[in-house]
Amino acid sequence: MTIQPASPPAASGLAPEMLIPAPAETAAPLAPARSPTALALRRGLHHGGFLIGAGILGLIVLAALAAPLIAPHDPYAQDVSRRLIPPVWHAKGSWEHVLGTDKLGRDYLSRLIYGSQISLLIGLSAALISGIIGTTLGILAGYFGGRVDALVSYVVTTRLAMPVVLVALAMASLVGGSLKVVVLVLGLLLWDRFAVVTRAATRQVRGQDFVAAAQASGFGTARILVQEILPNIMNALIVVATLEMAHAILLEAALSFLGLGVQPPLPSWGLMIAEGKQYMFFQPWVITIPGVALLVLVLAINLLGDGVRDITAPEGRH
Amino acid sequence: MTEPVVRIENLTLALPKGADRPHAVEGLSLDLMPGRILCVVGESGSGKSMSAYALTGLLPRALKVAGGRITFEGRDLLGLDERAWRGLRGRRIAMIFQEPMTALNPVMRIGDQIAEMFEAHGLLTPAERRARAVALAREVGLPDPEQIVRAYPHQLSGGQRQRAMIAMALALEPSVLVADEPTTALDVTTQAQILKLIRELQQRRGMSVLFITHDFGVVADIADHVAVLQRGKLVESGPARAVLENPQAPYTRALLAAVPSLTPPERPPVAANPVALSVAGLGKTYTTRGGLFGKPRVVAAVREVAFDLRRGETLGIVGESGSGKSTTARLAIRLVEPDRGTVRLGTLDFTALGPAALRAERRRIQMIFQDPFASLNPRRTVEQIITAGPIAHGTPARQARARARELLDLVGLQPSAAERYPNAFSGGQRQRIGIARALAMEPDVLVADEAVSALDVSVQAQVLRLLEDLKQRLGIAMLFITHDLRVAATICDRIAVMHRGAIVEEGPTAALFAAPEHPYTRSLLAAAPGSGSVLARPHPIPA
Repeated sequence: MTIQPASPPAASGLAPEMLIPAPAETAAPLAPARSPTALALRRGLHHGGFLIGAGILGLIVLAALAAPLIAPHDPYAQDVSRRLIPPVWHAKGSWEHVLGTDKLGRDYLSRLIYGSQISLLIGLSAALISGIIGTTLGILAGYFGGRVDALVSYVVTTRLAMPVVLVALAMASLVGGSLKVVVLVLGLLLWDRFAVVTRAATRQVRGQDFVAAAQASGFGTARILVQEILPNIMNALIVVATLEMAHAILLEAALSFLGLGVQPPLPSWGLMIAEGKQYMFFQPWVITIPGVALLVLVLAINLLGDGVRDITAPEGRH
Repeated sequence: MTEPVVRIENLTLALPKGADRPHAVEGLSLDLMPGRILCVVGESGSGKSMSAYALTGLLPRALKVAGGRITFEGRDLLGLDERAWRGLRGRRIAMIFQEPMTALNPVMRIGDQIAEMFEAHGLLTPAERRARAVALAREVGLPDPEQIVRAYPHQLSGGQRQRAMIAMALALEPSVLVADEPTTALDVTTQAQILKLIRELQQRRGMSVLFITHDFGVVADIADHVAVLQRGKLVESGPARAVLENPQAPYTRALLAAVPSLTPPERPPVAANPVALSVAGLGKTYTTRGGLFGKPRVVAAVREVAFDLRRGETLGIVGESGSGKSTTARLAIRLVEPDRGTVRLGTLDFTALGPAALRAERRRIQMIFQDPFASLNPRRTVEQIITAGPIAHGTPARQARARARELLDLVGLQPSAAERYPNAFSGGQRQRIGIARALAMEPDVLVADEAVSALDVSVQAQVLRLLEDLKQRLGIAMLFITHDLRVAATICDRIAVMHRGAIVEEGPTAALFAAPEHPYTRSLLAAAPGSGSVLARPHPIPA
């Protein structure tokens, strides 16, 4: 920092049109206009985990979107004469069915590609629903504190006392399993972490002076919450969203495996594992392939989440 | 000619890649003479703390020694391994830190922490250690030493915690004490006591002290020798008196000129102007529940505060931490709801407004905040920050944006600043943006809550000048909250001194400084660092 040499003191009778000379401090050229988000993205380009996670997830999303174009066969077309063909790397495999076929002779690669649609759909919508519920509760608790906070904390504690898998099982068996039911049940169950993280982050941001400045400018509460607080807790929300997305995908697989989730003939990865379990010892690829797909997807999402956490809060790293 | 205890020769510390400059400290040479206090003074980022850390072998890992030597008792310190350092640190070279609350272990009794110094170096028996801890507590002036060694850090006041830290540092009778801004976190009266204590102990024990500070007032009070650092380079060093009274380097001269004087300038009368803000009988009491069975704790943060503020006038509210000055500011703009009393803006009873009316009238009283890094939303551009208020009150967006650029010009920033995010600006620039945001609402009253306390002295001078200038040109009334008497003397027409929630004395600045009536005001003025030195002499508002 440089200091201006002493110049005459401010005279008391300055004419209103006289401009204050720009001090040396402010005359320095400004850094280019980059938003905090843009800066974080630039850091992301140098973060290995973030790049790998984003890359794999991007590929899976592409495959899911372009499923009708890239899937070699109809995922529902049965052909009992061609059942349980092993994948291409097997001695008996063929390029006709790269990943083989299942017990009803349906092409496994096509089912896997269509299955990614279901996993992603469930992961995204469950994270979205629970995100909306949890963020709303958390932001209200964190901003208003006091009784609102006590009430929300009570609701969160109650929710934490419920075992997710058991409640989801009970709900699905009561209402009957279907894609819609799975999305709703998971969305209504997985908001606790959103609420806890949002509440803590909101309390922290709320104490900062720019929130006081917004109040002093006469902003309404809704405007303060949406404009001042929400953008500043977004980083934490994205990280939680990735975690919950992975969580929801695994839960869907578990529910489908138990027969209470997505119903056949939909090609859910969990369902594929369930359908293959009787062939586990003789045709292990029937369950390994969807299992590995699940692992890769969840790993990619978690890498992405870790990456977002690192690049938005670089001071937390060494 | 005596040999120096510590000789720093041509020390260069390399910063990691991507920092704003290649070296934290460049070619620094200093001699610390036995039994002397050397003050290293500079603004933030000058490398003054890093030179202290190099001397104690506690440099952050990101910093590398790129050259030079530090000789202590004939040994080169920079070549030492961690084991050799451990034998030296605490025993021969001790350090005290800025923030005594975080530098002490919160779950360990004070006495045990002092005794641990002996234990860590394998000295004395447990009983002897305890006896020494009590003796040290007595030596640093802790009240009731036998009892206080059994207390935990949170049970002590800030000054007492710093005394305990000093007791720990002195335990092994080091020959060199490194003090990194040890009084910056303390109130001015406490600071004066701690400076006196360091001075006494240093003389009694014949220690050498390396004292890091940003405050020339502190330098004037304590230093034998001064070294001035600017961006990692030594710009001037010499005996304290010579540097303070006859600075040679232009940078030192500019820094000294930027230190506000304790002698207030003449001020034009404003008694004829209409009253812009009138506060009467203002009160706020906080009650903390004392757990399930404990008694609730009741703290009267603000008691019966009353003052009038006229257009074109600056009223300073001066006090130490916990005096209720910031609460008063927040009550006045109703960020905190008062329990009692009224706030009037002109003829409007501001305290009687309902929520909707309050939102509409808030624009008439605006605030400038202390921390320039927390007072701007990092996710919005400067233009959005400045225009959000007027747009919410119905100004057309296009007009608000044009006005924002005018305001940026007014506070001395380029209009192109409008498109940037706060991360592109320094502390002083951010404070200017905060001022522009407040002015965008065209308020009658501006409340500045420690608005220059977080800034370096040169930037502080610029912002003070800007505020003074704006007040005169726009005829705004300003309520200026500060703990710093120098700043208050520079900018305030009148000063109200707060102590324990109440105003104990109020009067025109010049009269209050010349003849303080209340004993508390007198002790505050006496404690102001550098009050007996050249720094107390009048000089014009620095540029």
